[in-house]
Amino acid sequence: MKKDIILAGVGGQGILSIAAVIGHAAIKENLYIKQAEVHGMSQRGGDVQSNLRLSSEPIASDLIARGCADIIISLEPMEALRYLPFLAADGWIVTNTTPFVNIPNYPDQEAVLGELKSRKNVILLDVDATAKAAGNPRGSNIALLGACSGILGIESDKLEAGIRELFARKGEAIVEANLAAFRAGQKAAML
Amino acid sequence: MKKKQLLLGDEAIALGAINAGIVGAYAYPGTPSTEITEYIQNSPEAKANNVFCKWCANEKTAMETALGVSYVGRRAIVCMKHVGMNVAADGFVNGAMAGPNGGVIVVVADDPSMHSSQGEQDTRFYAKFAFTPLLEPSNQQEAYDMMAYGFELSEKYRIPVLMRVTTRMAHSRAVVEYDDTIQPRKPLSYPEPSNTWILLPVNARQAYPILLDKYAKLEQLSEETDHNVYYDGPDRSMGIIASGIAYNYLRENVGGECPWPILKITQYPLPKERIRALATECKKIMVMEEGQPFIEEQVAGILDSGCEIVGRLTGDLPRVGELNPDSVRAALKLAPREVNAPSQNVVPRPPAFCQGCGHRDLFAALNEAMERWDNHRVFSDVGCYTLGYLPPFKSICSCVDMGSAITLAKGAADAGYYPAIGVIGDSTFAHSGITGLLDVANCNSNVVIIISDNEATGMTGGQEAAGTGKIDQICVAVGIDPAHVRVVVPLPKNMELIRQMIDEEIAYQGPSVIISRRECMQTAKRHAAARRAAESKK
Repeated sequence: MKKDIILAGVGGQGILSIAAVIGHAAIKENLYIKQAEVHGMSQRGGDVQSNLRLSSEPIASDLIARGCADIIISLEPMEALRYLPFLAADGWIVTNTTPFVNIPNYPDQEAVLGELKSRKNVILLDVDATAKAAGNPRGSNIALLGACSGILGIESDKLEAGIRELFARKGEAIVEANLAAFRAGQKAAML
Repeated sequence: MKKKQLLLGDEAIALGAINAGIVGAYAYPGTPSTEITEYIQNSPEAKANNVFCKWCANEKTAMETALGVSYVGRRAIVCMKHVGMNVAADGFVNGAMAGPNGGVIVVVADDPSMHSSQGEQDTRFYAKFAFTPLLEPSNQQEAYDMMAYGFELSEKYRIPVLMRVTTRMAHSRAVVEYDDTIQPRKPLSYPEPSNTWILLPVNARQAYPILLDKYAKLEQLSEETDHNVYYDGPDRSMGIIASGIAYNYLRENVGGECPWPILKITQYPLPKERIRALATECKKIMVMEEGQPFIEEQVAGILDSGCEIVGRLTGDLPRVGELNPDSVRAALKLAPREVNAPSQNVVPRPPAFCQGCGHRDLFAALNEAMERWDNHRVFSDVGCYTLGYLPPFKSICSCVDMGSAITLAKGAADAGYYPAIGVIGDSTFAHSGITGLLDVANCNSNVVIIISDNEATGMTGGQEAAGTGKIDQICVAVGIDPAHVRVVVPLPKNMELIRQMIDEEIAYQGPSVIISRRECMQTAKRHAAARRAAESKK
């Protein structure tokens, strides 16, 4: 088993929580993990990404090579496209469709969505709406995780256990709200 | 008991230090090193063991405090980003001369590609300069394991040990296996001989040959240690010397069975004999290292066999920036992978001030005040407020090093420039601005220093700042006239007030300080949430 995943978004959207849940689940699956993040300057409303690598064999590089990512998981549609050169020919894009417009020259939104739709393996979902409908408007990131649970190669009950582990210290209500967002994302992606 | 945990490289270092029985971790926040100290601050084990871990005013005070711990025979780490090493260098270089008693490890996180830094300087040069050993782990497990090893090395050779990591080590997670026992603290003891700690010339002349002698022994150790590893390979057309994170990119491309022989360097000084041995076996040497061509340049001096040496200097690997699996693949001339073309629907998304940030209001008012001055220049400094350079503000003309807003403004004023203005943050002021302001006061320099005080070290995540609650008193204490130490709250409703205050202090022919004070939005949010949580518990 090998999954190279690029997590993308804008600083503050919560990509590192997605990485943490997958990390917890991967440990339960006895997989090797490497997860590179960028902190600091780029957090201030800039683009952020994390390279998450899972494998049943030891992993050498902390970074994913170009053309080798199995999945791009993005909380923002333009940010999903930023990492296209890293995506493998048969790789998947799973992305939120709600743009985060904090720059004056944000590209034409229809063009962004059009390019995403033209990809072979893509799951497009308004996870902001999905999370809100599930009663957890702050759970967009976990809803997105739910949306890609079918292609991660990790069983859903392990991901749910990862959610419990990550949010346990915030109390049972927060855990349940995130599980609801996760399941809503999962269901929406299957439709 | 053996345990496993998913840890950042920084966190693995922190855990290794805690378990090696440190009594203190001394640091100033700086990306990508900050999480080392934060891990220790949040560690119940460190707390139970009374590990001192409050942030220091700057890297120099951090370095020297660790030397104090060492003098009395106990262990400490010092953590910083690469440019922090410039600040700590006096204590580090002369600390090596003095010769530690308890173990000292100085962990420095370099930032090639300058993700969050003003330069790419390579810390390994400091180890060579100061005649100290340097450890450069390639992965999180090595980083953890090398803390205990590093302290033993430091105590055995009575030398500070440098550990160098780079961004992708510091900020990458992997599972680390560790033993959850903490080494007991050593009893208090004192250095022997102790005269090397009094570096009067008469003693320094004795200390220096001792240091050089240690370095010769460390060179020998590098030849023998298991931390420098040779992996044989059948194809002798090339031998590879790889260190740090670059070694991982090599393995990513060649797998476990590399056709070429590899010498992996994890401990410096460089093992000259092993490098010569590799060169006699191979026609060509390729050097793969993250940062500057530190090994590559030395290898040229070590080899006199006419062996070809390639790497960053020859352009086989890029001269600047981080390496990655792709640049290493290209250097090895392996078949390129098929890659999607970049999307045409992507634009850069640069970092920006948070919504509601006080720096925004300050720069808005400052820009208005400066409008009437032709060709104006506002000197500034290192921190979140450096984003005042970017649109829409475009307010500042400099960000060179910590504290320099004040001294650059003074220099410009000395040279006849008016109005000379420096904008500096509160944490940066406490780090290296106070001495500059003392110069300003002593010279009665005609400058206006604006301290944009958000009561935090904002850029690195809102850590406590050393000057919080004392900034006004510090300014008065160094000799600024209290009538010209003025405080204002940066809010949109105070725009006119701030602009007017800037005008008045520009008109005043002498040194003045305007403190623009409002808490960082990020820490304010966190503090509010903590208050709510505390109230709901009542």
